[in-house]
Amino acid sequence: MSALMKEAPRLVRTQPLMELSGLSKSYGDVRALDDVSARVYPGEVLGIVGESGSGKSTLLRMMNLEESPDTGSYRLDLPELPEDLFALDRFERRMLRARRIGIVYQNPHLGLLMKHSSSGNVAERLLVAGERRFAVLREKAQVALEASEFPIPRMDAPPIELSGGMQQRVQLAKAIALEPAVLLLDEPTTGLDVSVQALVLDTLKRLQQERRITMVLVSHDLGVIRTMADRVMVMRHGRVIEEGLADQVFQDPQHNYTQQLVHAKL
Amino acid sequence: MTTILDVQGLTKTFEMHHLGQSLPAFEDLSFTLHAGEFLLLSGPNGVGKSTLLRTLYRSYLPVAGHLWFHSREGVIDMANAADIDVAHLRRTEIGFVTQFLNARPRVAAEDIVAEPMRLAGYDRQEALEQARHWLAAFGVKPDLWRAYPTTFSGGEQQKVNLARALILPQRMLLLDEPTASLDKGARAALVARLAELKAQGVAMIGVFHHPGDVAALIDREIPLKPKTPIEETADVAL
Repeated sequence: MSALMKEAPRLVRTQPLMELSGLSKSYGDVRALDDVSARVYPGEVLGIVGESGSGKSTLLRMMNLEESPDTGSYRLDLPELPEDLFALDRFERRMLRARRIGIVYQNPHLGLLMKHSSSGNVAERLLVAGERRFAVLREKAQVALEASEFPIPRMDAPPIELSGGMQQRVQLAKAIALEPAVLLLDEPTTGLDVSVQALVLDTLKRLQQERRITMVLVSHDLGVIRTMADRVMVMRHGRVIEEGLADQVFQDPQHNYTQQLVHAKL
Repeated sequence: MTTILDVQGLTKTFEMHHLGQSLPAFEDLSFTLHAGEFLLLSGPNGVGKSTLLRTLYRSYLPVAGHLWFHSREGVIDMANAADIDVAHLRRTEIGFVTQFLNARPRVAAEDIVAEPMRLAGYDRQEALEQARHWLAAFGVKPDLWRAYPTTFSGGEQQKVNLARALILPQRMLLLDEPTASLDKGARAALVARLAELKAQGVAMIGVFHHPGDVAALIDREIPLKPKTPIEETADVAL
C-alpha cells in the first residue's frame, strides 16, 4: 500500500515542511532505524506509534538533530538551511533547535533545569536565540506560559516544586516561546493522571488549531494519537510498516501488526 | 450536468489477518454522481452501505477500482490519492455527516460548530455568528451554546454535529443516517438544509434508516445486494 501511496498522483502542490529520507541507524548489532522516510506537511500533526524499541523515539531525536543516522538525509523547507541538516555542526544544530524546533520530552528532567525558576527555563530558550533585554525576556516567557495555560502566579516557582502536568506546560512554553517551525512531542502525556493528560492534550490541540503549529507526536498510546493526529505512521523493529490518514489507520488498518494494535485497544 | 464523482469498479475487502480470512464488503460497484444530485444507498442491514460511504471518504481503503472526484482543482482518483490531498479535499470539498459527534473536552458547542469555517479562513466573529445561526436552526437552546457538548444528551450532540457538518457548503456530502434519533423539529431543519444545499448544487449520497424523511430529495437509488456468503472454511463439529 505504501508503495502505491508514494506514487500517487498529487493535487495539492504543498511542499513538505520536513522531509527525512532513507534513515538507517545501528547501535552495535541492533538496527534502530532501517530505511525510514517521513514527510511532515505544514500545519499537520503527524502521529508516530509503535511499541518500545520500534525506533520511534530515535526518529524523533534525529528530527531534533540530537543524533545523526548512519545513512540518510534531513531537509527542512526553511530559508538559509543546507539541503541536508545532518551536515550542520554542533553549534549550528543548537542554534537551529533554539530558533526553529521545539521539543517536549516525556521526562521533564531532559528538557528543564528543575531547580531554576519556570520563567527562567522559558527565558533560557530566548537567551540562546540572542535576546538579552530582561524585560523582554520576562514578558515573552510570560506570554508563552500563558499560551501553555500555566498559572502565571506560579511562574517563578522551579519545576521541581510543580506537578507533572505543570512541568509539561513549562516544557511546552519553552518549546513554543520562539514560535518554532515544528513542535516535536515525545510521549508528552505518558505518566500523567488521565484527567491531567486530557487537559494537556487539550492545550496542545488548541495551540495547534489557533497557530497551525506543525507537530510530530510520538506515543505508544493509541488514544493520544487518535485525539491529536491527522496522519499516522506505525513503526516496528525500526521500520515504517504502515502510514495513512488517522481515521483510515484506526478504522481500516492494513498490516497484521496494526490490526492487532488497534483491536487490542478496542 | 456537472460530474462530481465517477465510481468505477470499486471493490472493498477487509483482510482480517488474525482470522486468516478476507471479508468482502462490496464488489465492482460503478455509478456517477452529478452536482445537485441526491443518491440513496439502499439494501438490507449489513449489505455494506456505510462501508461504501466510508470508502468514498477514504476512511476505508478500496482494494480495486477508481473514485474519480472532480475537484475544483482538477480530477483526482481518491482511491489512490496521496493522504495530504484527501485531507485537503475533506477540508474544502467533501463532507461526511454521521450521527456521532466527536466532541472534545473543554470546547464549547459554538466553537465546535464554527471550526470548519475558521479552518477555511473565515474570521472568528463571522464563523461564530454562522455557528449560532445553525445551532438555533437545529433547535439547540442558546444557553447551551457556550457549554461543552461532552455533557450533552445523544440527541443534542447530534444537533451540534449536524450544525458543524453542514455549516459550510461542500461540493459533495456523504450522509450516514443523519436523521437517526433526531426529534421532529431538528429532522425538519435538517431536511430543509439539505434541500437548500442540493439547490446550490451540492451532490449528496446517503444512507437513511427511514428514507421517507428525505423522500422529496431523492433523485436515484443505488440498491446494494447481499453478496454470496463467504465460503465456509471448515465445518465446526460441536
